[in-house]
Amino acid sequence: MWCPSPGESRLPTVKIPAQLRGLTGNESEAEVEGSSVGEALEALYSRYEGLRDRITEDGELRRFVNVYVGGEDIRFGNGLDTPVGDGDEITILPAVAGG
Amino acid sequence: MPAEALKCKECREEYELGASYVCERCFGPLEVSYDHAGLDDPAELRRKIQAGPPSIWRYSDFLPFERRPRTALDAGFTPLIRSERLAERLGVGEVWVKNDAANPTHSFKDRVVNVAVAKAQELGFDVVACASTGNLANAVAAHAAAAGLESYVFVPADLEEQKILATGVYGTKLVAVQGNYDDVNRLCTELSGEHPWAFVNVNLRPYYAEGSKTLAFEVAEQLGFELPDHVVCPVASGSLFTKIARGFDEWIDLGILEGSLPAFHGAQAEGCSPVAKAYADGHDVCRPVRPDTIAKSLAIGNPADGVFALEVARGTGGSIESVTDDEIVAGIRLLAETTGIFTETAGGVTTAVLAKLAERGDLGPDDRVVLYITGDGLKTLDAVRDVVSTYDVEPSLESFNDVVPVAGRV
Repeated sequence: MWCPSPGESRLPTVKIPAQLRGLTGNESEAEVEGSSVGEALEALYSRYEGLRDRITEDGELRRFVNVYVGGEDIRFGNGLDTPVGDGDEITILPAVAGG
Repeated sequence: MPAEALKCKECREEYELGASYVCERCFGPLEVSYDHAGLDDPAELRRKIQAGPPSIWRYSDFLPFERRPRTALDAGFTPLIRSERLAERLGVGEVWVKNDAANPTHSFKDRVVNVAVAKAQELGFDVVACASTGNLANAVAAHAAAAGLESYVFVPADLEEQKILATGVYGTKLVAVQGNYDDVNRLCTELSGEHPWAFVNVNLRPYYAEGSKTLAFEVAEQLGFELPDHVVCPVASGSLFTKIARGFDEWIDLGILEGSLPAFHGAQAEGCSPVAKAYADGHDVCRPVRPDTIAKSLAIGNPADGVFALEVARGTGGSIESVTDDEIVAGIRLLAETTGIFTETAGGVTTAVLAKLAERGDLGPDDRVVLYITGDGLKTLDAVRDVVSTYDVEPSLESFNDVVPVAGRV
């Protein structure tokens, strides 16, 4: 297992929801490069074919997709420009739960 | 009527009737679709309903089951009360109060859970679970206990003590999450992908939500199969609000009701009003908020059905309003003093919005209005602690006469 040495930055991890694991070879998370949520997701799309269209429409996140960084909805931050790094956890989830 | 499929509300893609809630193509919400064929005699449908059991199952032809399920704890068939005193106070023609606190666990959530637990059993689940602001927790714990199923109930750790106790007593695994409801919901959405559990408001949400239609059916039946002009209903996720509209719509389509949808007015607390804000700003999506209100059962900052609630309000000539915490307490008192019904904070929100609409002239002497009261006041006692006082006396006539103002003739 790769471990970061002190001072070395770790890559952000994207957690993949169950509904998309058919496209990721059943992987539930992926380490990707990127300094913002948008960049990290771009890296994810280029790794797994078909993912982009499921998550975005016309370049924007689909309206029933929620994205969180460290448990915080990115709409409380800067949306896709929300910065990530240092082993941050990006979570993609369906929005239509609860209530 | 037989359920046909789960259909995406966004892109119309169809799926089998299983435990899924999200469109795999676009992430849109799935909804149950029905085959209406054979339900073409409205008079016969009305007769069959009236001959049914005194519970939500009298409407089983319009719920997603092949045949009427047998459940251990039945919900529904709660009173619809015409309040002349409340109508007079507000200058509104007719005010009908749907008192859905009169359910087994004292809120409308018994309806949706009754449906969801029946479906969980039909699909072969052994464990049911939910993310809850409190009322759902009560209902899931109780219905699971009655059905002999194991349950996990997730709530925000700062929930009212009454709701914590009234959930734990049923022997559920009660998980208090350090965070608000939206955090609880996110956790449950993640967990639902990891465990083979029936989360009533996650992977069983399409069925669960259907239970709310019975609040339309029941009100219409109690009004003699007629529609009201306006409804006022609380909005948290927006599911109840949109499903009441869907219920009226289905019966209009089938000819059981004549006329058009009432004007739908949604009620939110100002401290958590993402849908009211989007309505006021003319937006068609809701920006999430961090809730800060005494109306904890409505404290969903990221409402799943917000966009659909906006469509219903705008499409019916209704509105989505918000009221302050002080107005919520005043609403609780107004309802109690005029109808004898003590409601929780959510009902205070709804009553306060009713009063606001009447004051503004949006409701008048020719209107028949239905007020949806969704939960019991004993669940949120702290809300009224500061507005209730006692006369403290010695056990003597003298002390009584000194302290207590005397009404009527002496």
